[in-house]
Amino acid sequence: MSSSWTSRIFSTDHKVIAKQYLTLSLFWAVIGAATAYLIRWQIAHPDTEAFGWGYIEPQVYNSLVTMHGTIMVFFVAMPLLLSVFGNFLIPLMIGAKDMAFPKLNALSFWLFFLSSAVLFASFFVPGGAAAAGWTGYPPLSAKNEYTGGAYGMDMWLLALALEFASFLLGGINFLTTTMNMRAPGLTWFRLPVLVWMQLTAAVIFMLSVGPLVAGAILLLMDRNLGTTFYLADGGGDPLLWQHLFWFFGHPEVYVLLLPGVGIMLEVITVFARKPVFAFRPIIYATIVAGFLSFIVWAHHQYISGMDPRLAMPFSITTIIISVPFALIIFSIIATLWGSNISLKSPMLFALGTLGVFIFGGLTGIFNGSAPVDIYIHDTYFVVAHFHYTLFSNVFFGGFAGIYFWFPKMFGRMMNETLGKIHFWLTFAFFNAVFIPMHLVGLRGMMRRIANPMQYEFLKPLESLNMFITLMAILLILSQAVFVINFFWSMARGAVAADNPWQANTLEWSTRSPPPHDNFASPPVVYRWPYDYSRPDSLSDWTPQDRSDDNVRATAR
Amino acid sequence: MILNPQATTAFPSAEPAGKNGTWWFLASEIPIFGGLIAAYIVMRLGSAGWSEASSHLNFTIALINTFLLLTSSMTIVMAHAAVQHNALKRGASFLGLTILLGLGFLGMKAFEYSTEISHGFLPSSGIFWSFYYAMTGLHALHVLAGIIVNAVLWTQALRGSLARHPHRVELAGLYWHLVDIIWIFLFPLLYLA
Repeated sequence: MSSSWTSRIFSTDHKVIAKQYLTLSLFWAVIGAATAYLIRWQIAHPDTEAFGWGYIEPQVYNSLVTMHGTIMVFFVAMPLLLSVFGNFLIPLMIGAKDMAFPKLNALSFWLFFLSSAVLFASFFVPGGAAAAGWTGYPPLSAKNEYTGGAYGMDMWLLALALEFASFLLGGINFLTTTMNMRAPGLTWFRLPVLVWMQLTAAVIFMLSVGPLVAGAILLLMDRNLGTTFYLADGGGDPLLWQHLFWFFGHPEVYVLLLPGVGIMLEVITVFARKPVFAFRPIIYATIVAGFLSFIVWAHHQYISGMDPRLAMPFSITTIIISVPFALIIFSIIATLWGSNISLKSPMLFALGTLGVFIFGGLTGIFNGSAPVDIYIHDTYFVVAHFHYTLFSNVFFGGFAGIYFWFPKMFGRMMNETLGKIHFWLTFAFFNAVFIPMHLVGLRGMMRRIANPMQYEFLKPLESLNMFITLMAILLILSQAVFVINFFWSMARGAVAADNPWQANTLEWSTRSPPPHDNFASPPVVYRWPYDYSRPDSLSDWTPQDRSDDNVRATAR
Repeated sequence: MILNPQATTAFPSAEPAGKNGTWWFLASEIPIFGGLIAAYIVMRLGSAGWSEASSHLNFTIALINTFLLLTSSMTIVMAHAAVQHNALKRGASFLGLTILLGLGFLGMKAFEYSTEISHGFLPSSGIFWSFYYAMTGLHALHVLAGIIVNAVLWTQALRGSLARHPHRVELAGLYWHLVDIIWIFLFPLLYLA
């Protein structure tokens, strides 16, 4: 009994590992939401006792801001979008038994677990968690006396290093698995768009994170060996970190964005009952966007003191990268055009992703142009912008994926009514939080300040900030609907059919949930993934593993 | 887009998974040193005094070390050739030689560090020294990792179990060449410029 217990915990089955990632990322989402609540409380009611917590020291506030960004980007968004959906879906979508390197896959998860443990422990060490911002800019991050911390920053760096090692191994696995394990007939241009986007994200991550790994080593040396890479008084330059960080940090935006867009695309084409519009151009646009993501990074640094002549080239590349994404978004809209949409909860969340992301993409054009950015840099306008882009992908996209693949993961359906209530509450409160936040930013409120009421010109914003905080609390509370639905459905939900949404991709051609080796017999692929509403077929879907003879037979 | 339904087999890539995985791993290693080297070059172009600091380095030791690493890249290729022809004993000898050359590199490097430290050149002695210790230190850790991998293969060759996995020597060799090539970049950048 004990051996089967350990083999379940240290499983090498990609589906079990995906669920382990899901558990850990949802745990972190709760912690991330708690930090958001405390941050919002402090902004609305500075220096009062937060309900359920107490007085928030300024040092603790800095830690909360730092950890909120770190947790949400590295410990919720990345594991949820890449590890959960990549691990669960890539082998199933390509018709493979498992990953190419199942043990390496388990190692990735346990490295991530270790990284999570280090980051979680850093809340409780003397001096508290890291407090230099999620971007870890030196000199704040290089010397403890600037932030008042002690061990938190070193633990933050260690946690990130472990996390990067984990995701590098994961990415190697995704790429090798897809190169070597595809089912017979599954050519590159018969892969679902989501797989393409997961792979592009893995390559972007792999090629961009190296300089930050190097940068983190230098920062650890500055903190512990007395070097001066980032300290101007020793011949170093704090800007060096900003370049190394954003050379990774901006591609990272697309590492998070692409899987979210992929989920949205898969869900939309199923519930629109139409083939994806411009399938190949979407794949080409994905690759072009991946390339461009490497030459936009300094748009985070317009007012950092870098050579101002760099601002215009980086403005131009930043505007150019909106072209491939516009192509993808327009293709999604064209897919919806004139289609027979059924508004099930996964589709609601996918459409939510689309709408919210378009809004965030448009404010991105403001931030990307240097002349505008100089006025709104480091204000709540930027905070509102990146929540529109990230929240749309991570939460709307993530929920779309969970509602859609829940039957395949757990063999039961989630409750539709609760799913719809969850969507409308989330959609309403999300916009109620972040639309006013643009206004707060345009009025000049800076991010990361513990007490806006200390500034005369921010005092008129008090009631608006209180409104945002109230809406944020309601946004967090409405997630209870999801939690209840998730656990109730897992135990009591209606038993799911193998293909409840009548979708084409290979994961729906096996049992729900799939057996250990995924497919009773290895599937053979005859077509692309989006053969919906074929005129020569009786049913409005044609699975990838159905041969043309069978389609004609059905039509007859 | 008319494609034969059997266009791929269950093993569609021309290369086995282990080799593809190793190449992706190497691809992820290059930007780590690429970032360090780019930072070094940009910082060095931006301020004076770097060549003076560099003149305190021991060029002779670095030259010998370059020779050791280049030779070891050759011996690991010979180990691979031997193992492929099922000459496990010969393969073990060449693997052993590769390990010895790697250890020789680390020994020389340790001697070099200790003389520099005894002359008062510490990582905190200035921006050049910070970069010197970071770049060579990270490289030395990669050499150490390679030695450990090679040592595992060496014991497998002695026990005979390597006969079932001769490709492992090729994969270890790919990594070992990368470590060698990185040194080829570090040597002129730090010692000659």
